[in-house]
Amino acid sequence: MQSLPLLSLSIWTPIAFGILILLLGRDSNAPAMRSLALAGSILSFLVTIPLVTNFNLADAGMQFVERAPWIEPFNIHYHLGIDGISLWFVPLTAFITVITVIAGWEIITERVALYMASFLILSGLMVGVFCALDGILFYVFFEATLIPMYLIIGIWGGPRRVYAAFKFFLYTLLGSLLMLVALIYLYFQSGGSFNILDWYTVPLSSVAQVLLFVAFFFAFAVKIPMWPVHTWLPDAHVEAPTGGSIVLAAVMLKLGAYGFVRFVLPIVPDASHELAPIIITLSIIAVIYIGLVAMVQTDMKKLVAYSSIAHMGFVTLGFFLFSNLGVQGGLMQMISHGFVSGAMFMSIGVLYDRMHTRAIAEYGGVTTVMPHFAAFAVLFAMANAGLPGTSGFVGEWMVILAAVKGNFWLGMLAATTLILGASYTLWMVKRVFFGPVRNDHVAALKDIGSREFVILALLAAAVLWFGLYPKFFTDPMQASVTQLLQHVAASKLQ
Amino acid sequence: MNWIAIYPEIYLLVMACVVMLADLFFKDADHRVAYGLTLLTLLVLAVMSGAYYASGLEVFAMQRMVIVDPMAMLLKLFTTVATGISLIYARRYALDRGMWGGELFSLSLFALLGQFVMISGNNLLMIYLGLELLSLALYALVALRRDSALATEAAMKYFVLGALASGFLLYGMSMIYGATGSLDLGVAFKTIAMEPINRAALVMGLVFIVAGVAFKFGAVPFHMWIPDVYQGAPTAIVLLVGGAPKLAAFAMAIRLLVEGMFPLAVDWQQMLMVLALLSIVVGNFAAIAQTNLKRMLAYSTIAQIGFMLLGLMSGMINGNGISASVAYGAAMFYLVIYVLTTLGTFGVIMFMAHQGFEAEDLKDFAGLGKSHPWLAGVMAFLMFSLAGLPPFAGFYAKFEVLSVLLATGRVWLVVVAVVLSVIGAFYYLRMVKTMYFDAPTREHRVQASPVAWALMSLNGLAVLGLGILPGGLMTLCYQAIANTLH
Repeated sequence: MQSLPLLSLSIWTPIAFGILILLLGRDSNAPAMRSLALAGSILSFLVTIPLVTNFNLADAGMQFVERAPWIEPFNIHYHLGIDGISLWFVPLTAFITVITVIAGWEIITERVALYMASFLILSGLMVGVFCALDGILFYVFFEATLIPMYLIIGIWGGPRRVYAAFKFFLYTLLGSLLMLVALIYLYFQSGGSFNILDWYTVPLSSVAQVLLFVAFFFAFAVKIPMWPVHTWLPDAHVEAPTGGSIVLAAVMLKLGAYGFVRFVLPIVPDASHELAPIIITLSIIAVIYIGLVAMVQTDMKKLVAYSSIAHMGFVTLGFFLFSNLGVQGGLMQMISHGFVSGAMFMSIGVLYDRMHTRAIAEYGGVTTVMPHFAAFAVLFAMANAGLPGTSGFVGEWMVILAAVKGNFWLGMLAATTLILGASYTLWMVKRVFFGPVRNDHVAALKDIGSREFVILALLAAAVLWFGLYPKFFTDPMQASVTQLLQHVAASKLQ
Repeated sequence: MNWIAIYPEIYLLVMACVVMLADLFFKDADHRVAYGLTLLTLLVLAVMSGAYYASGLEVFAMQRMVIVDPMAMLLKLFTTVATGISLIYARRYALDRGMWGGELFSLSLFALLGQFVMISGNNLLMIYLGLELLSLALYALVALRRDSALATEAAMKYFVLGALASGFLLYGMSMIYGATGSLDLGVAFKTIAMEPINRAALVMGLVFIVAGVAFKFGAVPFHMWIPDVYQGAPTAIVLLVGGAPKLAAFAMAIRLLVEGMFPLAVDWQQMLMVLALLSIVVGNFAAIAQTNLKRMLAYSTIAQIGFMLLGLMSGMINGNGISASVAYGAAMFYLVIYVLTTLGTFGVIMFMAHQGFEAEDLKDFAGLGKSHPWLAGVMAFLMFSLAGLPPFAGFYAKFEVLSVLLATGRVWLVVVAVVLSVIGAFYYLRMVKTMYFDAPTREHRVQASPVAWALMSLNGLAVLGLGILPGGLMTLCYQAIANTLH
């Protein structure tokens, strides 16, 4: 099996399909392009499955490694590999891409080929981010994702789409350019290597570590996004089409969090320890303050967007507790949030397609007219609130446990998310789904068709599987997380 | 005498005259014969330069007036190709506007000859001669559309400011000559390196020389002519002004500053740093305010040149880890990518223009993504490349310059450059926005021959291809510089 370059296949299959669609696509052959995109995305997902089945649980290091010289003058390599930390994000990305292709099936009628191609190319680029072991290769994938997302928001988005697209692009570009400076600095410090794994052992002075931390922080905090650099996210979500919101929340936000575990913790461990209180404080603010902000939203998409920020606060909190449980909890929360937020945005998209409004006040009593849909939506809402048995519970619980172990009061504060999350989610569910049918528009709603049923059922299965049997997901992480924590524990000061 | 060194120049001179004559004898509306001869000339020159480069030839000729080295041959190859691309893109546009003919061809060839002389000059006088030959041809080219008031005005401005800059350069050269007693760059280098007596005169001369070089690049505060000429001149001519001559100016900078006056590097690097910073700031901020695409690209040029100068000023050897040739190689790579991109952007503007319509405004491009996806795609590639986004070539250009700059230890400068390039990204993105997000304001008509189309596609794909595999061109630039300086 090792003979097949599985990671390259995972990256380039969707991109190849995307380019093919771009070249063949005309307005006249939209149906064919849709089918081609679906076939491409399913094939891309299937390609990632052997990664899971062939993964060696005992091996903490990189697996499926591919390495070839790429840009010789700078010693840059095409270097791929995954460990337990990055393993799940590859199939997750491919899975979410299948969902987005189906989500845009009937809704997108203009420039279908460009739409489908954007998502497929974006998918390949994001997989590339999770697999890259060369700093510049990572950066190229990380940055290139901006272009399709910019087009997705700007072409198919809502009324303020241009503003949102620019804000999204420029915010994240500024962050990542500072990261580029950090990468080049590390290149010189390590004696001319862009290999991320080499950087884990490079000794760095205290000042250099703090500066590197700041540069990386800008790049990743904006992407996650952490409070107070989160303001682009609600705009981007509200204006993006359903598929765009799903990808943004389910995968793109993970790129930032992933950066923290892949770069910040192991490369600048001393600075991480020193500055952890700041990150923890920001995370707690995200959890509590943004949770409160979510509660007062009148727009469903905005509400879920804010809840995403709160949930991602949990991820960074978990990472900066520096315990096995905390880091694993953060990773679990990332994966779970991928499913749950994707499902939430999909559900909102279902309602929006029919009513063309996302205002909570316009709805009420949806359960009576759309029983099948309501069953799914309420399940996802429960997962979003962190109900045990759903995926939302696992990660949050692990992080809270880790926090309590470290400091009781920290655990206390973190645990408020269970209250806040439950209140804003349930309140929204109550106002949208329960009660009497509010108006004629709601009364005229049609229940979901088979296309929507399939997507929601897939997501529901994932949410439940993850919630009921998390061991399947945590097992491959163990070894790699333990090794990561060894890196974090060792000082790199000289 | 080592005639082999100047065969390309002799050939070019002869052919420029032949083209001029041929155009008089063969009178057809399309000027096919002269055009064919011009392209053939360029093709032969390109092959010649390539062969010279491959042979690794390195000789002085004509009493050390001329030098042929790897950098010279590589740059000659690039300028020849850039001139050829410019003419192929320009064909329809120039035909529609009555500019197509012997004057255009022979003046382009004379401009190219000027560039060749500049690139190969090893003597202050030679460099100046080349520069003037280039400038005179360009002034005439800008004024080629006699009926256009805008073009005439642009030519006037260009000429007056250009003459001033020539004066600067000549004044600086005379001081260097006075202080070192020789016009030969090698002699100047040796004299300056041995504890010169006339240091004040040398530095004074240096200031004027840097000003002259900065003018040719269009760096702030010597940038005034760029927006006016880019906007006022016919687009076909902008290609000839903004493309290949930048490469020649680079050669001139290397010859004068590095080969001639490297012992004064500490002085000129400071000057270049100020010029670079000013250019990036002024270029980026001014570009945001533009609604005329040609003017916006002119300011973007100023900002890009500023970035290139950051590379050019980073070549320090005093123990900070990066050798000078890497820094100049980075600057050269940056410029080559820049020229490639500029040819494309102005080429697209020309494709969109037709009889009586210039397609210069941003809003003329609204909705292009829908009506002409391929052309819009090429333009988007070029914009993303100029903004420095991976996986496009412009990213590696910026990456290299940033890395050599970081190696000199000026972290603050790197951060400033990075922050300013986010501002730059804004107006490049605005162009993409106009093409893809806005509704069309008018019907788009694209005019270009199949050859031009193919070349444009190649241009767009090259920007992407060099972004995915930049290693080859990078190595080429490094080696050319390293073998030249050794």
